[in-house]
Amino acid sequence: MLYIKCPYCGLRAQKEFSYGGDATVKRPNINEEVSSEDWDNFVYMRKSPRGKHIELWQHIAGCRQWIKVQRDTATHEIFQTAKVTEEIR
Amino acid sequence: MQKYSVFSLIKNAFSNHQNWEVAWKDPTPKREYDVVIIGGGGHGLATAYYLAKEHNIRNVAIIEKGWIGGGNVGRNTTIIRSNFMYDANARFNEFGMDLWRNLSQELNFNVMFSPRGIINLAHSDAQMNAYARRGNSMRLNGIDAKLLDRDEVKKLIPMADFSDEVRFPIFGGLMQPSAGTARHDAVAWGYARQADDMGVDIIQHCEVTGFDVVNGKIKGIRTSRGDIKAKKVGLCVAGSTNILAEKLNMTLPIETHVLQACVSEPVKPLLDGVVTFGAGHFYISQSDKGEMVMGGDLDGYNSYAQRGNLPTIQHVLTGGLALFPFLSRLKMLRTWGGIMDMSMDGSPIIDKTHIEGLYLNCGWCYGGFKSTPVSGWTFAHTIAQDQVHELNSELRLNRFSTGHLLDEKGLGTKTWIG
Repeated sequence: MLYIKCPYCGLRAQKEFSYGGDATVKRPNINEEVSSEDWDNFVYMRKSPRGKHIELWQHIAGCRQWIKVQRDTATHEIFQTAKVTEEIR
Repeated sequence: MQKYSVFSLIKNAFSNHQNWEVAWKDPTPKREYDVVIIGGGGHGLATAYYLAKEHNIRNVAIIEKGWIGGGNVGRNTTIIRSNFMYDANARFNEFGMDLWRNLSQELNFNVMFSPRGIINLAHSDAQMNAYARRGNSMRLNGIDAKLLDRDEVKKLIPMADFSDEVRFPIFGGLMQPSAGTARHDAVAWGYARQADDMGVDIIQHCEVTGFDVVNGKIKGIRTSRGDIKAKKVGLCVAGSTNILAEKLNMTLPIETHVLQACVSEPVKPLLDGVVTFGAGHFYISQSDKGEMVMGGDLDGYNSYAQRGNLPTIQHVLTGGLALFPFLSRLKMLRTWGGIMDMSMDGSPIIDKTHIEGLYLNCGWCYGGFKSTPVSGWTFAHTIAQDQVHELNSELRLNRFSTGHLLDEKGLGTKTWIG
């Protein structure tokens, strides 16, 4: 079981959360011409690194907020969590 | 090569089985090969085998970081099927079924292919309609499909919960009678033994650390056991695809996730074929040893760990218990995980790349094992002829940018939510 520290609620079990994928993917700006390649990169292409990964989780059975989590994809160790508006470095 | 037969078995019994030839050698890597296949899993071994057999390319090396049979080919739940709706997937996997049917004879190795059928259960009228449609598509592609009503299902799996109180009553199911299971280790060993016999070097415990690409053309690879030159390189590394793609500065429509499976203690013969639960993600079969082999959902987050967490096992088995209440009385023997190359539409990729001489085989999601022979067959063709075969002509890498997705299950980009 992973234990994730929700920045709003504190340390909670993984079962309360739902996964949202890579948090570093940026949606192309709206109201601008977007090339097919940019859409392709945004929708489909993922780095999926082995090691530190910044990702989105939603505290679906808690405060329902989206949060950012920095986690190791090989060891499952969680280094940092933050609100979705905050940056993880 | 020593032929395996009942006579060789008897002969070797007299010497206490001490004098069997090694099944494949342990060669030192040469400086140069015509083709290097990275990844000694089922698909890599099959690719090397068909390169040698179908295309007479024998100066081939398989580079494996671990050992033969240690990755997903030894971690899957051994299900073989071709019950796909889309033409591209159906034709591809039905060609694979033909290879499976003759595989034990071809490899002189009993892969224990056992076509006892697969039943996908339906739990609503809508699901029955969807299965009728899929079954019709399958039959149009020459694949056997049978729509079963509730009573027919009950005859085949009487131990399932057919009581009135269940949350998801069984309405019926779609059966592919020619689907089944095989012994996964034997598939790896059989391909390895035959490939080795035809001159393929199987190099284990050798990690690829980099690639030598000059002017957009592959020249060789760098490994923990020295540099190896190669005219062509095939990438066949399932869950490690993203790691090697990063070394090539490639970004792929692949995310790596962990999928768990488990087996119970062995019990007497109980379940004939494979059964999948239609109201959750759970599938089950019984091995020849009598263990109930079960699996289901991914853990649901990017992972390279080859092991998962208990909440997912619990979630999967909750579905299992809803279908087969008798499972609650069995002890769990073991659980394990493997890492899946989840493609963004749930279908695989077998293609050339923008680097000349570099070929890609990935995106197998939950179901790489069933495609082992056909994946190797088509990948060998793609490498040898430098062009895709008709069978993998829709399994291209660029289908995501052109919009020609093969989203068989309609899961979109979140293939792990199923």
